[in-house]
Amino acid sequence: MQTTINKKVYNIPDELKEVRLTDYLREYLNLTGVKNACEMRACGACAILVNDKSMRICHATVKDVENCEILTIEGMENEDGTLHPLQQAFIDYGAIQCGFCTPGMVLTAHALLLSNNSPTREQIRKALQSNLCRCTGYQQIVDAIEAASVYYK
Amino acid sequence: MNKENPKSWRNDAYAKVTGRAKYTDDIKFPFMLHAVPVYTDSVHAIIKSIDTSAAEKAEGVVKVITHKDIKGNLTFGQIIKDYQIFAKDKIFFNGDVVAMIVADTRINAIKAIPLVKVIVEELTPVLDTEVAMDPETPFIHEEHGSNIINEHCVRRGNTDEGFKQCDIILDEVFHTQFIEHSYMEPEVAICNPRYDGVMEVYGSMQHPFSTRRFVSSTLGCALSEVEVIGTPMGGGFGGKDDTAAIVCARTALAAAITGKPVKCSYTREWSVRESYKRHPYKVYYKMGLTKDGIIKAVKCKIIADGGAYCSVTPWVTWRSTVQCCGPYTVENVHCDTYGVYTNNVFTGAMRGFGSPQMNFVIESFIEMAAEKCNLSVIEIRRRNMVRQGSTTITGQKLDNHKVAMEETLDTVLKEFSFEDKLKKCSYGKTDEDELYGVGLAMSYRGMSLGAEGVDFNSAIINVQPDGSVLLETGIHENGQGSESALCMILARELGVGLDRIRYRRPSTSTIPDGGTTVASRGTVLGGGAVVKAVENLKSKISEFISKKYNCEIDAVNIKDGIVHFGKDKKTFDEVIKEMFGSREYPHVLGIYRPPVVSWNEHNGQGDAYFSWTYGCQAIEISINKKTGKLKLLNAIAAHDCGKAANIEMTIGQFYGGIAMGIGYGIFEEVKIKDGKIVNDNFNSYRLPRATDMPEMKAILIENPDPNSPSGAKGIGEPVNELMAPALANAIYNATGNRYFRLPIKVKLGEEEIICRRP
Repeated sequence: MQTTINKKVYNIPDELKEVRLTDYLREYLNLTGVKNACEMRACGACAILVNDKSMRICHATVKDVENCEILTIEGMENEDGTLHPLQQAFIDYGAIQCGFCTPGMVLTAHALLLSNNSPTREQIRKALQSNLCRCTGYQQIVDAIEAASVYYK
Repeated sequence: MNKENPKSWRNDAYAKVTGRAKYTDDIKFPFMLHAVPVYTDSVHAIIKSIDTSAAEKAEGVVKVITHKDIKGNLTFGQIIKDYQIFAKDKIFFNGDVVAMIVADTRINAIKAIPLVKVIVEELTPVLDTEVAMDPETPFIHEEHGSNIINEHCVRRGNTDEGFKQCDIILDEVFHTQFIEHSYMEPEVAICNPRYDGVMEVYGSMQHPFSTRRFVSSTLGCALSEVEVIGTPMGGGFGGKDDTAAIVCARTALAAAITGKPVKCSYTREWSVRESYKRHPYKVYYKMGLTKDGIIKAVKCKIIADGGAYCSVTPWVTWRSTVQCCGPYTVENVHCDTYGVYTNNVFTGAMRGFGSPQMNFVIESFIEMAAEKCNLSVIEIRRRNMVRQGSTTITGQKLDNHKVAMEETLDTVLKEFSFEDKLKKCSYGKTDEDELYGVGLAMSYRGMSLGAEGVDFNSAIINVQPDGSVLLETGIHENGQGSESALCMILARELGVGLDRIRYRRPSTSTIPDGGTTVASRGTVLGGGAVVKAVENLKSKISEFISKKYNCEIDAVNIKDGIVHFGKDKKTFDEVIKEMFGSREYPHVLGIYRPPVVSWNEHNGQGDAYFSWTYGCQAIEISINKKTGKLKLLNAIAAHDCGKAANIEMTIGQFYGGIAMGIGYGIFEEVKIKDGKIVNDNFNSYRLPRATDMPEMKAILIENPDPNSPSGAKGIGEPVNELMAPALANAIYNATGNRYFRLPIKVKLGEEEIICRRP
């Protein structure tokens, strides 16, 4: 099977189709920005973008993303290595503490802003409802996403 | 180099926002094995036998480790050494580990778990603290000779006489719950038996030095034979001490026995099952006041459920004892505090450390008293609060720092228009659909460990030949941003650009044991050590310059990366280069020892903490009478931070603390049925989510603390200890109902309110 991960096409052998997608990304591709935190689809630490939609993948297997476009946090940077404005906003607004939820938060926010480039704070909160953060109380994350929305217009 | 230093900054932000940061579970070693824990179904039982033979034969299994394999000490602990690294004769709680399976893959290790056969004789579990305290109840830990882990007291004045002078006496019982720290990253360890005979330990732990003690005790080796190396950590909140260290100790044992690197990565369910929680409290509280609202006497009995092991229960309950009257001066106090063994999950350090429970009691109580005295909730606080020069209930005179209790209260009143909002409260009586309430709470908090521990810390500044600077301290980065704050203090104090400073995360082998990163002491103690190290470095540079250029030592001054001496000046880089050229190392150790504290365990009197911090928080809510929805509208927090080192991160502490306080107040509870935890993952354990949270306002009040060399006061915990009582008061002001149990389950008639934004 084939799938595209961070703009690169991967030919994945059939025997890996049943492997957990988080294991495939973390163990086979060393894309460790995908985190295991609840493995219950309850916290969003494993969220990635699949065809521009945020998806919690802890219950997914490799075959679930056949012929999909996948974006992980490692693929968020610009090609010249500079940060995506959304990533920079997370830094500028103090939205990062322990950082364990950060990849899932950034990607979930990215999916939101791709579909709605001028969300209200309520809409941002709603989009983040599936992502848990224990450090920040979410406010600086919401601030960062609100500020970054101008770059999606 | 030497751009203007930013007010907010994180040294690890780029690594974290790009996914580059390698947390422990992201690290691999060649030929690494995987270990998983084995539990029993029991809560309290005698172990008859542990049969690992079938598991040993399972596919991929290399070794099954039990208590028999321990070469060092079977039990360990920070105060009482009662924690069994592997259960041997008895199961004390449902999270006790009897064996660890080590296999080629984690999947194979997990598959072998059911093959370990443990035969037990069940005992009646003791699950209630007051049952445990009954002299008829058998001892859980026989060698301790009691189910009472520890006692503390405060004896001040004469409460019998005090109550006689009172016009109003209130008497209530309060209950608080078990809660889970819910750090996003579960426990994980990698142990690598190094070629030089040292056991190298990587892990998600809050206290590398504490972990080293656990590992060396279990392996039976010297402290120097264990090197604990901190990695980026996905949150701790006080929760990554004992359990995290024990996971490292077991993993180190597996690595020592197999001679291979071993990783042990916990699932959320194992983490919740085995790791300690916040202590549930039962508090009997009696307060007497004169009719004009002066608190004359307080009598209270505090009972904390320590669960199956001691952990730091004596320290947690000590803070509750010292702060048992909140930020109020009371002439007559009689407080008895008990930490108690049960067969519940054990309890230990959690952000707040014994104060969130007591603040819920006291700040609810003071408003109940206000109503009885016919005083406003503000006026009663003003009449009793600590002020400059006040004496605390333990006899400590508050005169060595600015007592900012009233300043924080007034700030919240003004910035939140609190008194206008208070007039609009419904008290259960409104014709509108929405009940409206606003509530407030305030506290003072002893800074750092206080008389519960030995308090000091160190920092190493190692300037490189090109003028770039490496900093190490004895404070651990748990995700809060300690490294960044300490680098910023260094830049400020040394007068150089932040861009030339790099934090070098120390291991336990490179810096002296600086105590644990707890008690909101990171910025205070670490910052103090950095300031001391800068003083030492400046002296070294000044001595060098004065000798070489024949000027007075006092004439040397470093500012904006330039070393000025007399009328001359050189760049910092030039001076450093010259120092190396003259065989002088710009390498220094700085040690900060806070002022001495005191405590008399017999009467509960003493200068408990070397300084105090002050804070006030408020929240407004609405409850829809028809739909039963509770909405959190806006929240505010004003705290004296001393001097904030890193503005955005300090604000982040405020917001995160408020969120955790809200969780404690109305959402969170680890539910235990017959000694077993029922809600062991985030689908059933209710944490505050983005949609639950109100918009928050953080107000940093800065009164640099003369006892803290950097001026900073600790803020991580003060911000977390007020939202539960502020909510209790807001809920009362909205509904007219007072709740004595956390989490608050609001009821309108028979209906329980759903605490959720629409």
